[in-house]
Amino acid sequence: MEPISIEGTPKTPTVHFDSNEGVVEIKGRSIPENSIEFYNPLVDWLENYLSNPAELTKVNIQLEYFNTSSSKCILDVFKKLEAIYKSGNEVVINWFYEEDDEDMLEAGEDYQSIIKIPFKMIETEE
Amino acid sequence: MILVFFFIFVTINLYTKKSMTFNVQEWLDNNTKNEILFLFKGVITKSLLSNSFEEIESKIENAPTKVKKKIFNVLVELMQNLHHHSSILPDDGSSKDVGKYVICILRKDSNGYRIISGNFIQDAQKNFLTKHLDHINTLDKESLKELYKEILNNQEFSAKGGGGLGMVDISRKSGSKLDYNIHDYKPGYYFFSLNINILL
Repeated sequence: MEPISIEGTPKTPTVHFDSNEGVVEIKGRSIPENSIEFYNPLVDWLENYLSNPAELTKVNIQLEYFNTSSSKCILDVFKKLEAIYKSGNEVVINWFYEEDDEDMLEAGEDYQSIIKIPFKMIETEE
Repeated sequence: MILVFFFIFVTINLYTKKSMTFNVQEWLDNNTKNEILFLFKGVITKSLLSNSFEEIESKIENAPTKVKKKIFNVLVELMQNLHHHSSILPDDGSSKDVGKYVICILRKDSNGYRIISGNFIQDAQKNFLTKHLDHINTLDKESLKELYKEILNNQEFSAKGGGGLGMVDISRKSGSKLDYNIHDYKPGYYFFSLNINILL
């Protein structure tokens, strides 16, 4: 599978998906007007990855901001990861949040309670 | 004689009705008396949105990180809401601003920041917003979180928006009640204003 590598912009995140390394990474800010347009290729990639995933998939989500339009798409990403997890593969989700950013920590907890995969909450310095 | 009375009655009635029409400029003046950090007033477009975000970020650079994030989050959500859901007033030739005319204000107050928006809506949005915002305002922190997750996890909700997730998010991030008003503007059109407080 071809990896996905997208540079971040003021409105969209940096993305790094690699099936060989088993890495799924979304970092930066996600506040586009049309989130579906941005996330559809990512969700499709994970759908394909599901048929032949790495033994261990390491997921790193490190967002500074995201709008509610993105929140639904991010949930779609997590649902694909949940499917990988449910089919017996190891998935580790690292949810990064900046020191004192309670809103971002809570956002991670919201996803964790919907998606039945344990999250590791990691505080980073500003 | 009766006719004369009737004429006077109609005239007075028309006059009072006219003077009661909601005045947007007056509303704007009343809300821009304090220190204004950011003001958007006019027809909103996708590219103007992007420019606004850059401007907002530079204006709140010196705010404490925690508050800065809340302000930016709420403003992005609010302005994208305005862009998606505002109504366009019918063109009666009296204004050059034809399109989704909206107002968005970021103001510094003594105890924090205030974000105020104004836009035009029609009956369907009026009914939805009244029901939705009144419901949000009855909820405590935990119930708001549950409502957020419920709307988020509902398959009907599309990523283009809808389901009212944005307003729930704004209420959660600001940590205060959604203070709103709906003023009659023209038959079938209303001016919707929202006033959000972000405490320091």
